[in-house]
Amino acid sequence: MAFTNEQLERYSRHIILKEVGAKGQKKLLNAKVLIIGAGGLGAPAALYLAAAGVGTIGIADADEVDLSNLQRQVIHTTADVGKPKVESARETMEAINPDVTVKTYRLYIDSTNITDLIKDYDFIIDGTDNFPAKFLINDACVMAGKPFSHAGIIRFKGQLMTYVPGQGPCYRCVFKEPPPKDAVPTCKQAGVIGAMGGVIGSLQAMEAIKYILGTGDLLTGYLLTYDALKMEFRKIKLPKDHSGCAVCGDEPTITKLIDYELPSCELKSQG
Amino acid sequence: MAEFNIDDTVDITDVVCPTTFVKAKVALEELDDGQILCVHLNDGEPVQNVPRSIKEEGHKILKLINNEDGTYDLIVQKVGD
Repeated sequence: MAFTNEQLERYSRHIILKEVGAKGQKKLLNAKVLIIGAGGLGAPAALYLAAAGVGTIGIADADEVDLSNLQRQVIHTTADVGKPKVESARETMEAINPDVTVKTYRLYIDSTNITDLIKDYDFIIDGTDNFPAKFLINDACVMAGKPFSHAGIIRFKGQLMTYVPGQGPCYRCVFKEPPPKDAVPTCKQAGVIGAMGGVIGSLQAMEAIKYILGTGDLLTGYLLTYDALKMEFRKIKLPKDHSGCAVCGDEPTITKLIDYELPSCELKSQG
Repeated sequence: MAEFNIDDTVDITDVVCPTTFVKAKVALEELDDGQILCVHLNDGEPVQNVPRSIKEEGHKILKLINNEDGTYDLIVQKVGD
């Protein structure tokens, strides 16, 4: 595939980088990334991946754009309120970059659909806002051998980690199982500062891009936490030995996907 | 240019800085170590900047030929993979 002059100009700041070059840009154009959740995390991730020229971007979310989303979900506009989030996200991504093919999945992920959803993608971004979805994405990616970026945001805090098969612990190694219902407030109940999604979601896009390029060090084996009020980043090294993990360990006890129950107030929200 | 065995030619007179260098760089990436690229470029900014940028990437400038029509041909040997 040869670049058009327009593509050379569009991606010139990438191609100039020795870590990217023409080869790296071609890898991006041939890559397939799935973003689960078109919300606070998924929005900035989707914008940067589209702008970067990731050739195929899948986006999954069952919700419609709500006025209360717009404080942080920067891929949607006021005119999009009431529209399916995946449609709104697709329109914005296509407007940014016509090189990108966007595939929309207007659904809630569960144990019956996630394996099929992730199978054609090179990298998965977890942009969900609830524990059942996070454990489901982790378990499905481990079982299917897919790399993914986990992230979570609440109030003025955010965290992320990257899982690559065979290269370190998974989300379940660190957080064994979902917390008891209502033990942890959701961002709907607790609030979240809008720019937090921008910080953490952009880091997720960066991890996806580095994975595709095969350059630099990924956040595998570490959990990165960000406290905006203290203006502190912490890169926490995770234990190397994960042989005892219930899903990615040597003798996994979880061999089938689990649909954990959502707290009743959250039944309609996932993104 | 008979003195060189040109493996590929790229015309960067149809783009402006910094796409000039980007286009030349992309053409060089397609070549193998030791192969020779002829870059057709305009006088002015391109001829001032592109040869220097290519040199900074570690490639070897073999010759700059003035075509006396406002364009140049830059003969570059690729160094590295």
